[in-house]
Amino acid sequence: MNLHEYQAKQLLQNHGVPIPAGDVSDTPEGARAVTESLIGQGAALFAVKSQIHAGGRGKGTFKSGFKGGVRICRTADEVYEVAKGMLGNVLVTKQTGAEGRLVRTLLVTVAPKIKKEFYLAVLLDRATSRPVVMASTEGGVDIEEVAARTPEKIFKETIDPAVGFMPYQARKVAAALGLKGELIGQCAKLLIGVYRTWWESDASMLEINPLCVVDNDGKESLLAVDAKLSVDDNALFRHPNIQGMRDLGEEAPLEIEASKHGLNYIKLDGSIACLVNGAGLAMATMDIIQHFGGSPANFLDVGGGATQEQVTAAFKIILQDPAVRAILVNIFGGIMDCSVIANGIVAAARETKMTLPLVVRLEGNNAELGKKILVDSNLALSSAGSMADAAQKVVAAAKP
Amino acid sequence: MAILVTPQTKVLVQGITGGFGARHARLSLTYGTQVVAGVTPGKSGQLFEDKVPIFDTVAEAARQTGATASAIFVPPAFAADAILEAVDADLDLVVCITEGIPVNDMVKVKRAMEGKRTRLIGPNCPGIVTPGAGKDSQGGCRIGISPGYIHKQENIGVVSRSGTLTYEAVWQLTSRGVGQSTCVGIGGDPVNGTSHLDIIKMFNEDPDTHGIIMIGEIGGSGEEEAAEWIRHHCRKPIAGFIAGATAPPGRRMGHAGAIVSGGKGTAAAKIAAFQEAGIHVATTPSDMAETLLRAM
Repeated sequence: MNLHEYQAKQLLQNHGVPIPAGDVSDTPEGARAVTESLIGQGAALFAVKSQIHAGGRGKGTFKSGFKGGVRICRTADEVYEVAKGMLGNVLVTKQTGAEGRLVRTLLVTVAPKIKKEFYLAVLLDRATSRPVVMASTEGGVDIEEVAARTPEKIFKETIDPAVGFMPYQARKVAAALGLKGELIGQCAKLLIGVYRTWWESDASMLEINPLCVVDNDGKESLLAVDAKLSVDDNALFRHPNIQGMRDLGEEAPLEIEASKHGLNYIKLDGSIACLVNGAGLAMATMDIIQHFGGSPANFLDVGGGATQEQVTAAFKIILQDPAVRAILVNIFGGIMDCSVIANGIVAAARETKMTLPLVVRLEGNNAELGKKILVDSNLALSSAGSMADAAQKVVAAAKP
Repeated sequence: MAILVTPQTKVLVQGITGGFGARHARLSLTYGTQVVAGVTPGKSGQLFEDKVPIFDTVAEAARQTGATASAIFVPPAFAADAILEAVDADLDLVVCITEGIPVNDMVKVKRAMEGKRTRLIGPNCPGIVTPGAGKDSQGGCRIGISPGYIHKQENIGVVSRSGTLTYEAVWQLTSRGVGQSTCVGIGGDPVNGTSHLDIIKMFNEDPDTHGIIMIGEIGGSGEEEAAEWIRHHCRKPIAGFIAGATAPPGRRMGHAGAIVSGGKGTAAAKIAAFQEAGIHVATTPSDMAETLLRAM
C-alpha cells in the first residue's frame, strides 16, 4: 500500500527524523493559513507540494495548463494562488500516465536553503533476503540513471536481521556521503531513525530523495525534504494506523471494488478481459493473449477458494470496463472446482444480460461437470481445449 | 528415487484442524501419503479422521510418530512461528503453504534458519508431489494442495513459483504419457526457503530425473542465478517458461514476489538469461511440455 509524502513524513518524524516544518491543506485558504503560521515561525520561502501517489510532480503539468506540481513561493498570497491552481485539478507527470491524477491535498512547508542533495532508500535486497540501506551523493535525480551511469556513487549497507542497523553502519554511510564533523553524528542518528521507520512500519520501500544538507542561519543540518513509503500489503493487518492512511482516491475504482470481494484485480489498457485462478496462470494468460495478437484488459486472480458469489462479482467488475470486447475464462481446477466457476459465470451472464463474446477453458477438478453446466445454460460461449486454443479464439472474437 | 520426499516419508500437518488444513490432509491421505500426525495446540489426544493422532507441539508429534516432514496450513499471522517450531524440532523438511506472511517475518525466519539442517519450501506455495505407481499416481507423497490425479510417476522434474501454472505443465506432460519424478512449488513470495537453483541442483543429482521443466515469473533474480549455474553444470535438458511479460512495472501481480521494481526482475531479462544458458524457452504456457520433449 502506498502512502502520500505527508504521511511518510509523519511516520519519519515519529522516529526522530527531521523534516521541514509545515502542514497539509485541502483548500487555498487553508494553505494560506499554514503559510502564515510558518511566517510566524520565521520562515521566508515556502514549498507547495501536490500530494499524489506518483513521482515527477515538480516537472509535471496540470491539464488546466498550470505548470508544476511542486512550486516555491515567497508570500502567503502566492501560496494561495498556487494552491488555487493545483487543488481540484489533474496533474500529469511522467509517472501518472496520460490520464494524470486529481490533486485534492497539498503539503505546504518551509522551503529550506539546500546546500547538498543526497539519495537515501531502505528496501529488501532479494538476493540476500536482508534489508539494505542505499545512499548516494547524487540526490534529487533518478536513481536508476545513477545506477546505470555511475554505480560507484551508490553505497549499500546490508542489515543483519539478528542485530538490526548498527550505529557503526550508519556512520559508514554518513562518511561515504562525504559528511564531516557534527554532521556525521547527525546523519547517523537520522539514518537509524529512517531504518526504524522502515522496519517498524513493515515497509517494502522507503525512499528519501532528496535528503538535504541545509543552511540554518549559517549552521548546517540535515533534513528529509521528500519521502516516499510503501507498506507490505501482507503486514497491514498489524498496522491499523497505517490502514487508516489508505487513500481510495489514488486507487482505480474497479480495483477498489475487487478488493472488497477479496479478488486480486489489476486494470490494464487492453480489450480482452481474463478471469483465472492462480497468479502465475493469470499472468501467463495475459502473456498468451498478447502472443496471439490481442491485448489483455486486466489481471484477475480469483484464487483457489473462490465462491460462486465471488466469481459473479469478478465477472461484473470485468464488464464495467468499457474497453472490454471479449472475455477469456481460464481455470485449472486444483482446489478450485470448475462447476463453481461455471455456476458463477452463468449467474453473472444472466444478471448482467451479457452479450460479449466469451471463451471458456476449464481443466482439472470437475471440468466435465463445469463444461456441462455451461452447455446446458444455453449461453453463447465457445469452449477451448488448450490455452493456445483459448487465446486464439478470444483474440479472433475481440477484433473490432 | 525422486527428491525431497518419497512414498515412505512420514508427514505431520500443522494446522490440521483448520478447514483448509483438514481438507488437504484428507486429500493427501487419500492419495496415499503417510500423514502420521497433526499439530494443533490444545487438541492433543484427539484423532483426525479417526486415525491420525493430534499433538500440541511439533516436537512431541515428531518424537511419537517419527515424522520427518511438516506441512504448514497456519494463518499468516502465526505461520512464521509455525515454521520456526518445526525447525526447532529438527525436522528434515518443512513445506509452508500459507500465503500472506509479512515479508519481514520471513526475513527473520530465514536469518534464524541459518546453520540449521531443516529445509524450508515456500511459503505461499502449492507444495511437493512425488507421484506414486498406483491409479492416477496414487501411492505417492503429496504435501500441500496440488491435485494428485494430474500426476504420473516417471522421470521429469518440475520446479515452479506458481501453483496452477505448475498444474498446467504437469497435466501437459501426463496427457502426453510422460510422468514426473518430483514436482516442487517454491512459492510466489519474495523471501522463501528454497530457490529454483536449490531444486535444480537436486534434480541434477537425482538418477531418476532425466529432464526438467522450470517455471518462473517476474520479480527478483532467482531465475537468472539458476541459469548461470545451469549453463556450467547442468547435465540434463531443461525447458523454461517465464510468466509476466505483459505485467506493468511496479505492480504486485498477485504473488508478493511478482513485481518489476526499479527496472529489475523483468521477464525479458529472465528469458535472455535462459537462452544464454541453453535452457529451451517455451514461448507460450501452452507448449511447456512440448518444448522439453523436443529437447530430449
